[in-house]
Order: sequence, then structure tokens, then C-alpha cells
Amino acid sequence: MNTPHTNTGLAVEASGIVKRYGEVTALDGLDLAVPTGTVLGLLGPNGAGKTTAVSVLTTLISPDSGWARVAGLDVVAEPQRVRSLIGLSGQYAAVDEHLTATENLEMIGCLYGMTRREARKRAEDLIEQFRLTDSAHRPLKTFSGGMRRRIDLAGALLADPPVLFLDEPTTGLDPRSRGELWDAIRNRVADGTTVVLTTQYLEEADQLANEIVVIDHGRAIARGTSQELKRHVGGEHLDVHLARPEDIGRVESIVASVASGAVRIVADEALVSVPVASGVDALSSVLNDLQAANIDVVDIGLRRPTLDDVFMELTGHAAEVEGAS
Amino acid sequence: MSMIRDAATIARRNVIRIRRVPDVMVFVLMQPLMFVLLFAYVFGGSIDIPGGSYREFLIAGIFAQTVVFGATFTASGLAEDVQKGLINRFRSLPMARSAVVAGRTASDVVYNGLSVVIMSLAGLAVGWRIRGSVLDAVVAYLLLLFFSYSFSWVMACLGLVVPTPEVVNNATFIVLFPLTFIANTFVPSDNLPGVLRTMAEWNPVSTLTHAVRVRFGNLPTGTPEPTSWPLQNAMLYSLGWAVLLIVVFAPIATRLYQRTDKR
Ligand SMILES: Nc1ncnc2c1ncn2[C@@H]1O[C@H](COP(=O)(O)OP(=O)(O)O)[C@@H](O)[C@H]1O
Ligand SMILES: [Mg+2]
Repeated sequence: MNTPHTNTGLAVEASGIVKRYGEVTALDGLDLAVPTGTVLGLLGPNGAGKTTAVSVLTTLISPDSGWARVAGLDVVAEPQRVRSLIGLSGQYAAVDEHLTATENLEMIGCLYGMTRREARKRAEDLIEQFRLTDSAHRPLKTFSGGMRRRIDLAGALLADPPVLFLDEPTTGLDPRSRGELWDAIRNRVADGTTVVLTTQYLEEADQLANEIVVIDHGRAIARGTSQELKRHVGGEHLDVHLARPEDIGRVESIVASVASGAVRIVADEALVSVPVASGVDALSSVLNDLQAANIDVVDIGLRRPTLDDVFMELTGHAAEVEGAS
Repeated sequence: MSMIRDAATIARRNVIRIRRVPDVMVFVLMQPLMFVLLFAYVFGGSIDIPGGSYREFLIAGIFAQTVVFGATFTASGLAEDVQKGLINRFRSLPMARSAVVAGRTASDVVYNGLSVVIMSLAGLAVGWRIRGSVLDAVVAYLLLLFFSYSFSWVMACLGLVVPTPEVVNNATFIVLFPLTFIANTFVPSDNLPGVLRTMAEWNPVSTLTHAVRVRFGNLPTGTPEPTSWPLQNAMLYSLGWAVLLIVVFAPIATRLYQRTDKR
């Protein structure tokens, strides 16, 4: 195994990480490089390998091959030192529902090596910061999903670790909590913390990440700033929902004239979707053509690009939802 | 000693949980309480303890059964922590590797201690008495708890490998039921036929029961000395088993913990 020079400018580095679960290759040669003090967004659909990547970087599982360093330390060779420098908030809130918010956080603080008093003080500060003071002494089983999620995140922030790993931190949160959480993350980054964040939402990566790595089937299929990726995907998308699936072929040729990228067809929804350069012009021209051709439309409209579009553009296949096949 | 500090943190958390969810204990103690009633009032009449009372004889067996089944609390507790993702969270923290399981087995001694107290009260209610010295009684209780503690390490390994906490009860029942019944817990082992008698005599649950029974002074005077070696050396034999279980299963449990991944 080739060992690299320690690059002090990088808080997280990974090279050629492979992880297999039986037949499934969860990670298939993933490379990452995250400069200190920046946010990396790992963007991918369910089953892409995001959680597996986070698990390797946080020492929970060892890779079958490849190496990874966090804060310059090899995650396989020095897991215990790595653990003292990271904070993890996993995909599902890992809290003890019979303990109160304060008790949960105090426990985590003690396990980071703080004294009980320090841990309690920190716990109270964070509970206040997340505006949960009123509920601080209630068992978490009385909390909503969003409140638990915030306690879980507070656990990751508790010891002020220099590197944070957040696995889908806002999945299932209402828009307000999501915004608050984004602010909390931005504050940390402003103080110099490095963040690796996974998400299924392009918008979230857009909001927070300096660099985005799009992964699919355990491989990085694109990387760049959100601007670069969006430019790649095109600006707006035009969706045409048809009344009769038989019309799909004719509509495809109509929208082709305004397309700035590949036309995407979802046959069982009678949907034709296409990236367009100048949205409003494209919309009116397509509407005219549809009318002239006498094609019934259920719905037609413009929307911003989504992860599905990124995937379509990058891989030529739609983002697969776990469980469906 | 960061290991002891971390284990204490985990144990403290588990004890808080016992306080918050007392109904778990009520539910778990239903079985031994039913057994007390069943054997004391229903079967007891037809089991003869020469020169003594069956209820006095019975309770030591109930104690042994209670702590053996009580140790399964370790398995279900850890399995639940795996399922809820807490083990993964602990594994991402810079804490001692053995602390989560060590803290769990330690706090389960508190849990089993409470169980034994409740079962003692139930025993007193049906006519059981401590006839020996205070020191002997203390030794008997400590032996029960130490045995339970050692068995918790076995159960910890189970808890870390089962797919869901629900599996624990089914998986343990098929082993623990014969273990606590092919023994002298409910009837004197001398009454058992051939092979079963030998199994009962070498069963550490029997020796635990016997040692406790003797210390509490619950064997009627004139009971003949046991003929098998384990029962003659019940205390030593039980302690030997307990130490063996810890020596074998503690390292396995720690290793399993390190490899646990939620899913
Ligand atoms: N412990 C495991 N056992 C078997 N398969 C797994 C395990 N963990 C992950 N996988 C598989 O690896 C792939 C990647 O999973 P994951 O990293 O959880 O993806 P994501 O977090 O992006 O949704 C999926 O196909 C998943 O089913
Ligand atoms: Mg995931």
C-alpha cells in the first residue's frame, strides 16, 4: 500500500477506497480530498455509498482496500486518535430516548474525556443554541424527530472537533429547522472546522458545500463547485406531463428543438423532461407546438434542476431509489 | 484509568434507564413470581422434602433462575443499543474499547440486585426465611450476583450478534429453560432419573442453587450429603464456572463490540 506524504492543507483525504458487502460493492475506488476549513458535499441517491464512505472515514468500518486520513491520521492505523478529532452525526439520530437532552449530551461529553461539570456546561450551551432549553429535562422519547436530530447534531459538535461528519443531517427536518441547522454548520466552518456532509439534495450541497462530489454506485462520477455542476446540468428544466402515453414520441421531437441537454422520458408517468437554456421562450414555443399538434397535456412547467437531472446528465440513468429495481 | 471512567459513564446511563423504565423489570419478574406461586401453591403439595418445608427449599432455586434469566437483560439491552445506532455512536467516540460492554454488565448487577431483593420479598411472603447467619446470607447474595455478572458476559456476546432485540428472548429461552429445569432448582436432583440426574449434578445452576440453599440454611437438618463432586463443592464449582465464563467471554464480547456495525 502506498502511503502518501502528509498534506497539512487537507483535513480529509481518501484514495481508492473499496468496500464490499458480499455481492454488493458499496464503495468502488472512492477518492476524496477536503482542504482544512472547507465543506465537502457528498451528493448521491439512496444506496450510492454515502453512509459507507462516512463509516470508513469515522473508523466504524475498515475498507477492503485503499487508505484514508483524517487530520493527517490514518483511520485504520490510528482509529483512537482519529476519534478524538472528529464529531459524527449519523444518518439516523443515535440518541438514548429514555435520557433527557442534557443527560444524553453530558454522557457524550464524558466519553470525549471531559469532566462531568465541563460536559454539563457544554451540553447546556448547545441546548440553548439549538433553542431546546425548555425541553432540556424531558426524556427524548417525547421529542419530535427534528428535535432528536438536533440533539444528535449537538452531540457531534459537543467537543468542538476539528472535523465533522454529518450523514444526511437535514433529512426529515422541516424547512425552518433545516435553515437553523445550516446556520449552525456555517458557524462552525467560520471557526475553521472542516465538514464532510452527505445529502440527497442538490440544494443543500449548493447552500453549504465548497466542493461537491457526486457519487453513484460507490464511485465519484463528478466533482466541482455547485456552479460548475449546475452549468453542466443546465439551468432550468421543462417538464411535460401528457394525458396519453402514446404521444411521447411526438412530444420528444417537439422538445428536442429547445433542448440544451439530453431529453429524459419517464414512460409510466407519461413525462417528458428536458433541460432548456432560456426557460420562458422554450415554454411558450413548446406550448404552441403542442397545441398545433393537438396533443393533450395534463401539466407543463419549468423547474430548477434536481439531483435526478444531475444523474440523468452524468450517468444517463435515473437515480435509483433503494428497494425499487 | 479511562476505561473505568468510561464504563462508569455507561453504567450511570443504564441505571438512569432502569429508573425511567421500571415496567421492564415488572415484566421480567412476572415469570419468577408466577413460578413462586405455581410451585409454592400448586405443585408444592405433591413434592416432598423430607424433614423440611418445600417453600423454604424452593426459593433458592427461584433466586438462581431469576439471576440466570436476569442476565438476558444484558443481551436485550446491547441489542437495542445496536439497533438504535447508539453502539455506532459510541464506536465513533474516543472511549475505551471495552467500556460499553463493561459498563453494561456492571449496571446489570444493579438490575439483578433489585430483582433479587424483590424476589426475596416474594419469598418472605410465602414463608421463606433466612435461617443461617447474616454473614452466610451476605455470601449467598454475593454469589448470586457474581454468577449473574459472569453470565451477563455470555449474554453480551449474544446481544451483539442477534439481528434484533426481539430475537434475544426466543434464542435464550430454548437454552435457559432446560438449564434452569434440569437442575435442583425446583426438585431435589436425587429424584431425577439416570442421565438427567448426572446432568443436573454437573449443571452450574444446580451448584449455585445448592450453595445458596445451604448458606440460607434452607436445607432441612438430616439431609444427606450430596454424592456428586460438584454439589459437594458447590461454592467452589459455581465460582469456577463464573470465573471461566468471564475469562472466556469478556474478550469475545469486546471484540464483537469493535466489529459491530448497525444494519
Ligand atoms: N452492512 C451492510 N451489509 C450489506 N450491504 C450493505 C451494508 N451497508 C451498506 N450496504 C449496501 O451498500 C450500498 C451502499 O449503501 P450506503 O452506503 O448505505 O448508501 P447511502 O448512504 O448512499 O444510501 C447499498 O447497496 C447498501 O445496500
Ligand atoms: Mg446513507
